Order: sequence, then C-alpha cells, then structure tokens
Amino acid sequence: MSVLVPPIETPEAAAAGAGWPARLHEWVVTVDHKRLGVMYVVAGLAFFLIAGIEASVMRWQLAAAGKTTVSPEVFNRLFTMHGTTMVFLVGIPIVFGFANYLVPLMVGARDLAFPRLNAFGFWAFLFGGLLLYFSFLGGDGLYGAGSAPSVGWFAYAPLTARAFSPGNSTDYWNLSILVMGFGTVATAINLITTTLTMRCRGMTLGRMPLYVWMMLVVSGMTVMALPPLSAAQIMLLLDRFLGAHFFDTQGGGSAIMWQHFFWFFGHPEVYILMVPGFAFVSEIIPVFSRKVIFGYPMVVAASLAIGFLSMTVWAHHMFAVGMGSPLNAAFAASTMLIAVPTGIKIFNWVATMYGGRIRFATPMLFACAFLFQFLCAGLTGVMLAVVPLNWQVTDSYFVVAHFHYVLVGGLVFTIFGAIYYWFPKVTGRLLSERLGRWHFWLFVVGFNVTFLPMHWLGMIGMPRRIYTYPADRGWDFWNLVVSLGVLFQAAAVLVFVVNVAIALRRGARAGDDPWDAWTLEWATTSPPPPYNFETVPVVGSRRPLWDLKYPADPDGPHE
Amino acid sequence: MATAVAPTPSMFAPVSTPAFAIREVSFLVLAIATFIFVVVAGLTVYAIIRYRRRPGDDGREPAQVYGSAQIELAWTVVPFLIVIILFLTTARYIFAIEGRAPTAQALEVTIVGNQWWWEIRYPKLGIVTANELHVPVSDPANPIQTFITLQSADVIHSFWLPQLHGKTDLVPGKTNRTWIEPLVPGTFLGQCAEYCGLQHAGMLLIVTVHPKDEFAQWVAAQQAQAADAPAARAGREVFVSVACINCHTVRGTPANGVFGPDLTHLMSRARIGAGVARNTPENLRAWVKDPTSLKPGALMPAMKLSDDKLDQLVAYLVTLR
Repeated sequence: MSVLVPPIETPEAAAAGAGWPARLHEWVVTVDHKRLGVMYVVAGLAFFLIAGIEASVMRWQLAAAGKTTVSPEVFNRLFTMHGTTMVFLVGIPIVFGFANYLVPLMVGARDLAFPRLNAFGFWAFLFGGLLLYFSFLGGDGLYGAGSAPSVGWFAYAPLTARAFSPGNSTDYWNLSILVMGFGTVATAINLITTTLTMRCRGMTLGRMPLYVWMMLVVSGMTVMALPPLSAAQIMLLLDRFLGAHFFDTQGGGSAIMWQHFFWFFGHPEVYILMVPGFAFVSEIIPVFSRKVIFGYPMVVAASLAIGFLSMTVWAHHMFAVGMGSPLNAAFAASTMLIAVPTGIKIFNWVATMYGGRIRFATPMLFACAFLFQFLCAGLTGVMLAVVPLNWQVTDSYFVVAHFHYVLVGGLVFTIFGAIYYWFPKVTGRLLSERLGRWHFWLFVVGFNVTFLPMHWLGMIGMPRRIYTYPADRGWDFWNLVVSLGVLFQAAAVLVFVVNVAIALRRGARAGDDPWDAWTLEWATTSPPPPYNFETVPVVGSRRPLWDLKYPADPDGPHE
Repeated sequence: MATAVAPTPSMFAPVSTPAFAIREVSFLVLAIATFIFVVVAGLTVYAIIRYRRRPGDDGREPAQVYGSAQIELAWTVVPFLIVIILFLTTARYIFAIEGRAPTAQALEVTIVGNQWWWEIRYPKLGIVTANELHVPVSDPANPIQTFITLQSADVIHSFWLPQLHGKTDLVPGKTNRTWIEPLVPGTFLGQCAEYCGLQHAGMLLIVTVHPKDEFAQWVAAQQAQAADAPAARAGREVFVSVACINCHTVRGTPANGVFGPDLTHLMSRARIGAGVARNTPENLRAWVKDPTSLKPGALMPAMKLSDDKLDQLVAYLVTLR
C-alpha cells in the first residue's frame, strides 16, 4: 500500500460494506446522540401507529349506540393502553429524541454531556415500552389467559388495589412506567448539563436558539415532576406486593393522595409534551416567514414562566373530588394565570409572521394549523379552569376533546412539522412536498372532524371511558361523525408513511441547508458526521447563519 | 307519575338552581373565549394571507423586526386583566354554589357508590332504594333543596346529573356533599362519570322530580313493608333459602344482605342493573339466571336455579311493588 495515512473511516462507512448483523450491532451499541435520537423518534412513531390502531378500534365500537365490536374488558384495556402509550411511549420519546438529536448540534457540541447515560435512557424507555406491551401475554399472571392493564392511564387508586385489579396487569403498567421514568430523568439531566456546560464559544444563554431554551425548561420540569410519580408508583408497588396501605382506602390509605402525586407529575407532563411543540414552531415560523423571532427575550421569559407555573396547577384535575372552595379557587387562579405566558407566545409567533414573506412549505403548514388548533386548546383550557363549568365537563368528552386539541392539534401537528423540517438534515433527503400537502390536509380535516364534535358530546352529558351508551341519549349522530373522522386521520398517516418510505429510497438530495435557515445544525453536512462539526463553531449572535449570509447586516447589534 | 323519559342530558338544558348558575357562568366564559378566538385567529389569518410569498417574489429578505417593548407589554397586560375578571367571576360562583347550607326543610339523601350501581338512602325517612333518585320539586315561594351526601363502598365514582348540577366524586374514605334544587317535575338522566372498572358504562342514574304531594305518596309507598302475597309463597321460599339473602335486603324477611341493592320495593323501579335493562319479568328472569347476559361483568353471580325455581322466584319478585 502506498497510502501512508489512511483516511479516517466513519462508522457509517465501515458498516455500509458490512452485513446487516454488523449494522444492527452499530446501532445497538451506539452512544452517538444522533443515532439515539433517531431511534427514539422511530420507536415513538412505531408506538404511535399501535396506539392509533387502538384508538380506531375504540371509535369503531362507539360509532353507534350499543355496539358489541369489543367486550367491555377489551375496551377498557384499549383506552388504558392508548393513553399510556401516547403519553409515555410516543410523546416523551419523540420530544426527547428530537432534543437528543438537535440540542448538541444547535449549541455547537460534539455530543451530549453523558453519551452512555443517554444510551441507558433510550434502552430503559424501549425496555419499558416492550414490558408494557408484553402485558398482553403476561398480564393476568396465573389468573387467566393474560391481558393488558385496564385501570386507565392515570390509574386512580383504589381501582389499582389488589382487591379491584387482581392479576399482574396493573403491575405491568406500574413497572414499565417506573422504568421509563428513570430513563427520562437521566435524559433530562443530560440535556441540562449539555446546555449549561457544552455550548460553543460565543453562545451565551441569551444567544441560544429558542428550541434549546425551551428544551432546557422542559428538562427542568422533567427533573421536578417525574420523581414524584416514581415515588407514588413505588408506594403502589408496596401496596400491591407487601400489603402497605398508602392508597388502600379499606386500610386507612388515601385515594386522593394518589391523585395529588399523579397530577403533580401529570400536569407538568402536559407542558413537558407541549413546550417542545412550542420549541418546534419557534424555529419553523421564523425561517419560513423569513423573519427573526419577534421578542426573543419575551418568548424565553414566557417559557420560564410556563415552567414555573406548570408546577402549581396540578389540582385543577381534581375540582370534582371535594377539595373545598378555597383550594378550588386557588387552583383556578394558577391555571388561568398560565394562559398569560402561553398567550404571549402565540402573539409573538403571529407577530413574527406579520411583515414576513411566508413560504408555505409543509413544515410551515403544520405550524399554521398548530396556531389555530392550539389557540382553541388554550381557550378550552381556560374554560376548564372556570370551576363551575369544570364540574359539568370534567371527565366528559369535552375534556377528551380539549386534551386531544392540546396533544394532537398542538403537539402531533408540530411533531409532523418538525419531521418535515429536520428530515433532510437527518437523512440527507427531502420529503415530497406534494405528498406532504396531502398528509397535511387529510390530517387537518380528520383531526378536526374527530375532535371538534367531542366538545359538544361532553356538554350534552357523555362521560369519557364508557364502552357503550344507551340509544336514548341523543349522542349517536355526533359519535358517528367523530368515528368517520378517524378514516381521514388514518389516510393522512398512511400518506406520511409512504412519503417517508419513498424519500428514504429516492428523495431529492437536500444539501446542507435546504430551508435557508439560521441555526447551527444547518452549518454542517446532511446527515452530520459523527463528530458533528469539523471545527467547533464560534457564534456572535442568535442567528449565526444569518451573520454568515449577510455579513454586512449581522444580528448581534440588534440583540 | 312524572313526565316520560328524558331528553338528552345537556348542561345547556338546566332544571335546577346550581345547573342554572353553571350555565350562566358558562355563557359568559364561552362569550369571552369566542371573542378571543375570533380576534387572535383573525389576526393570524390576516398575517397568513397578507404576508404570503407571492409569485414573482424577488427573493429578498423582509425587514427584520426584533421586537417591541410597548406592544409586548400590551399583550401581556390585556390577557392578565381578562384573567383577573374571569378569576373573580369564577370565585364568586364557586363560593355561591359550594357554600349553600341546607334549610330546615331540605331533604337529606345519602348516595353510596358501588361497582356498578348506586345505593340511595333517605336517612330521615327510613327509605333505602337504588339507582333511581326521587326528589320533590322546589318552587321559588317555598324552596325545597335536596342535599346529597356522597360516599363510596369500593372505588371512586362520580355523581353527575348534567341538568341538575355538575359532578361531585364519591370517594372511599371521604364524605362529599352536593345539592340540587329542581324547579320542574320530570325524569332526568345521568351516569357515573369517573372510571370505576369494568362496567363503568353500565352505571346509569335516573332522577325523578315529583310534585310535592306525589313525592309524599312515593315516600309512603317506599316506607311500607314488603308485599307478602300468598300466591308467591313458593318463590319467597326460594328467595330466602338460596344465596340471594347474603347480598339483598327485603324488609320483613330474613333477607338482610347489604352488598347488593335493596329489593323491598324492587318493582317500583323502572329499570334493573343500574339502568341497563327495563324492569320487566322477562328481564328479571334473565338477570337472575345470569346477570352477565344483560350486563357483562356484573358482580352478582348467576344463581344456577332450575327453570321451575326461577319461575317461582320471578313470580315472587314481581310482587315486590
């Protein structure tokens, strides 16, 4: 051989020539934040399909009064698994998967602070998810054929006590989420450390991309909110296996205490899922409006305010449990207050679009639909904070509609927008804009047809989590409409899957910076090399790539 | 009897004082929310249409606007003021509704949630029934509220009659209170609103609001001893000799079980199985033979009686008027 210094071989290049076992091995042992991020998102999307199928079966059952498509047992398992999956196996892994991928790139770092802890977090999540789904085989233990948990995704005590939930199905729910919780906290600590200690030269806190700021807030909320859930789950474990009486009302325990623990996690959790959605649109809207974000310091402050306030609102899930008027009023106040910083964000996004030259590529379409749907979700959220109204609509389909407007109309729309936006960076190929528009419009129609009538169903008396309903209630028509909406959503998701499959094989080459964007991830190749940047960048403003493109008019002096 | 069944249980068709109050505040909130939606969505639509990139765009970047302290202050303060108004209104309604104290002539009812039925007790009247609440109508000149004590025997349930009041949970180990003040006679529907296990959907609730004298008749009928028709003696023998009496009470017989609904005046109820089926002899027979045929998962065991005994038993049950 005449070459004295062989070229550095990347793992990808090494694996490319090897067979699939070697490539699989590469992925299993990887500690690369980008590969782990991709695995998080892919696993999350796989669970999204599963939970979507669960929801579709439920809507088939509820399309008319008195249907017997599934038994009550199966229906109860379906809504438990649908909710648990969507929150813990879809929402959390996808938002943290994106953060895994993007935060180091955006702050100009070569990896997260603790790469092996990062791998632990992913595998804990995946193991927890598989454990939850193994319950379909192992759930009833020695009692019967086996089944999934059926206690609802918030698993209220004392329904989870041995007396009311024999067998092991509830333990599968409990243990799998406990395991995932450890993984998620590890990842959150990793993101905080990376953000605080590994930013490139020149990137002060005040110059961090808004995405990074918001994921810092999200990680902080995670570290505060998840351990109380883990603690409650350990108490439940003690109740079920060692005869403790934390939540066992027959033995002097408190059913309400579980609710306080759960929602002390559960409400920040809503923001843990939703603030990443804000983070996505805070990147997408400026780039496609061709304008700098309006009021960056205010958006950061609003994110911090949401982070703090989200820790103070949990008992608004409990207005009907009999807390007494003073507590009801106090939690109404904190809940309404959180509308202020949330409103500020919406105004800032719209102001960013104002005066821009808006390009409606698919990511921007999803961001725009998000603005309307999240506005609706926020307003129904304020309505739910009006305690007397809450007494009527809590635990009804109104609440189901509200949180699907938050988590689908808000989060899932922004996730799809984010996938269309960053897919070229991750794979080097563009998704089809034509299929993207089909995906978008089918999903907008399907989503709103499904979830808008649910508000009304709740107001005319339909409680959530019922496997059937009598024909004399006047709920048939709107339930049929709701169920028909599912067809559009399913078609939209199918188009998305086809779009990804085609793009991976023969999508147009993206180049480094297909959207003419401004944050650091677009300064490296698509996909980025394992070390992210050949030389660690140095930044002088919030939009380092703007400065490069317009050296005569850099951002720095305006900040 | 009161008017026939019941329209859709809509919170916008209230018949009771607290439900009227809730509708009132709901209209206010809906109006504010609609106004905000129209303004903000309108601004967004305007921005989308006005500032879309048009064909022939020269590709130049628009003017970069970094923010404006005055504008941002405005859209912080204005929502804050709206929140204050909403909060003060909410607080007033919370305290007004929850702070209502019973008057001397208020009716006291205790409702105990069970998987998956409601036990309804009138402690001062000595009545125990199930699943169908009967209350007197209140007239403004002479108001009669019904104050309800809510408890649970097993897991958490939630009491919800949308036309009479919002929800209050029935929590084991905790006693909650709520109240209704129905202003028109009639039959109104509701059901358990907190997921309580397998048959959560089959835990329906009916309330019948009677004119005052009609309610007095109902009370008198419920206070009577159970019927003891000679023709139904054989069925009565079956009833007291098998496991029925472990769970059910029929006043005046050895049956004094407390785990299932009181059957003393079973036939005064329109439906069985907490509302899942009409209370007819055929349905009763099917229920006793195998309750899960009408309500999958119902906790009452199938009684495994011979057809003869089943006929005798049903013949007895239908005498319990």
